[in-house]
Amino acid sequence: MLRFALLRILSAIPTLCLVVVLAFLMVHAAPGGPFDDERVLPPENARNLAAAYHLDESLPRQFARYVSGLLKGDLGPSYHYRDHSVSELIGAAFPLSLQLGLLSMAVALAVGVSAGVLAALRRNTISDRLITGMAMTGISVPVFVVAPLFVLVFAVELRWLPASWSGDASGRRFLLPVVALALPQIAYITRLTRASMVETLSSDYVRTARAQGLSLFSIVRFHALKPALLPVVSYLGPAIAAVLTGAVVVEIVFGVPGLGQLFVRSALNRDYTLVLGVVVFYAALIVILNLTVDLLYGFLDPRTRNP
Amino acid sequence: MRALATAVALRQVTGGAAVRVSAGILIVITIAALLGPSLSSHDYFSMNLAERFEPPTLENARFFGTDDLGRDLFVRTMSGTRVTLLVAIVASFVSLVLGVAYGAVAGYAGGKVDAFMMRIVDALYALPFIFLVILLMVAFERNFLLIFVAIGAINWLDMARIVRGQTLSLKEREFVAAARLIGVPPVVIVFRHIVPNLLGVVVVYITLTIPQAILVESFLSFLGLGIQEPQTSLGALVNGGVSQMERAPWLLLIPATLLAVMLMSFNFLGDGLRDALDPRLKAR
Repeated sequence: MLRFALLRILSAIPTLCLVVVLAFLMVHAAPGGPFDDERVLPPENARNLAAAYHLDESLPRQFARYVSGLLKGDLGPSYHYRDHSVSELIGAAFPLSLQLGLLSMAVALAVGVSAGVLAALRRNTISDRLITGMAMTGISVPVFVVAPLFVLVFAVELRWLPASWSGDASGRRFLLPVVALALPQIAYITRLTRASMVETLSSDYVRTARAQGLSLFSIVRFHALKPALLPVVSYLGPAIAAVLTGAVVVEIVFGVPGLGQLFVRSALNRDYTLVLGVVVFYAALIVILNLTVDLLYGFLDPRTRNP
Repeated sequence: MRALATAVALRQVTGGAAVRVSAGILIVITIAALLGPSLSSHDYFSMNLAERFEPPTLENARFFGTDDLGRDLFVRTMSGTRVTLLVAIVASFVSLVLGVAYGAVAGYAGGKVDAFMMRIVDALYALPFIFLVILLMVAFERNFLLIFVAIGAINWLDMARIVRGQTLSLKEREFVAAARLIGVPPVVIVFRHIVPNLLGVVVVYITLTIPQAILVESFLSFLGLGIQEPQTSLGALVNGGVSQMERAPWLLLIPATLLAVMLMSFNFLGDGLRDALDPRLKAR
């Protein structure tokens, strides 16, 4: 297990390095500098500005400076929000996004697994068809369609809930964003759970358990659920990446001042250091979470430890 | 093998009502997107401030009403659909060419070359592509070509894996051995004898790649980082509709519904085709 864990951790490092190099090169290969606005700066000021942000140095030296800052957790200054560093801005915005993401994943797992098990137990009945049909719809309809429709229906038309984040200070403001973010994941998890539960229920040991007279509930609860959930565990990695991407949309639509909103604003402002910093941060987050999921999977299923 | 697979696929697929309905919907949408703009008396970019926010009506051919600048939403939706479909199809083609070439070479080469090439694919899988694409869109001028390449680059990995797997089994077949015996060079074997036999599987996966490409393009356009004004796409229209939804909900509802219906039809079609081609994959 230790060997497996070490190998897995080591293999995550090249991916992270690749992201940093690619992202850095993309930003620095961009035509035009970060200060090329409509107003033309006098050459004197432009030179000073370039020197202050080390833009007059060669590319390898700038990269070395960036990486050494990165290792200390310093992602450089923001070009747009001049008084703040990128690390400060990310640190201020991330907790809210984390809350949103964790809540949605919890909702998605609870609802998705229950619906999947239910559909598997009632295979080929109307409730199964209904659940699989809804899951297919949930997979197909993107977050940036669901989220605005939620606002339109529940906030604008019915006026049950506030349309924007700042319009309400209570926990109710989490409701629409969390559900909108969770819906596609609920759909995927339902499909996965249903498929693997159907397979598990047709296995020999479940038949034996039934023959011994165990109730369906105790078979599912004590024998079938754990092995049936393995595919769901391995889906958690992609799910986390999808939730991070979806959070970008949800935060824009509901006006949540989280990391996703910061990211899109900085992208539209062409705040290069901030965009670069957020991409590196997202990449590190995704790689680390994927690693955690893999280790968890190895812990749960010993067969995968020695590939 | 290809002919048989296609025949089996066709027979089983045409049996499924969901697949037939989806294919019908997609054909209707495609024809409307191609012909709609030229049939209407309006165009997608002319502004008319006297006719802002007109709700959908049959009068004056304003089927979908007008937007905040008085532009005709029917024509904008149809030309946006055209752009969305174009981007998705070209991007899928990029991923097809990359994925098939890479996967077939890796599978045919086998051994260490194969292991190395697939390790690269594994490493790329772990990259947060969508964020890198956003970075690319920020750093460079947003043009169509860049969007095609960027979206194609996301989707080729799956194709490479599938094609490699198929190639591994194809290369053990007699006709490949025969070709090798008479001295056909490896490059020719891969592209003349193996790749044509992969096309059945590839076509099925392309129908699953297209909705993914649509999703990425609409996502970028929704954030204002994809297709730029006055050109439009379904994602850009949904984005525009969000800012006007209290005053003119149809600006959001119409493009959003169309996008959802398209994605759903592609997914049903792709799923149906895949199940018909390879029932073992049905559960997934």
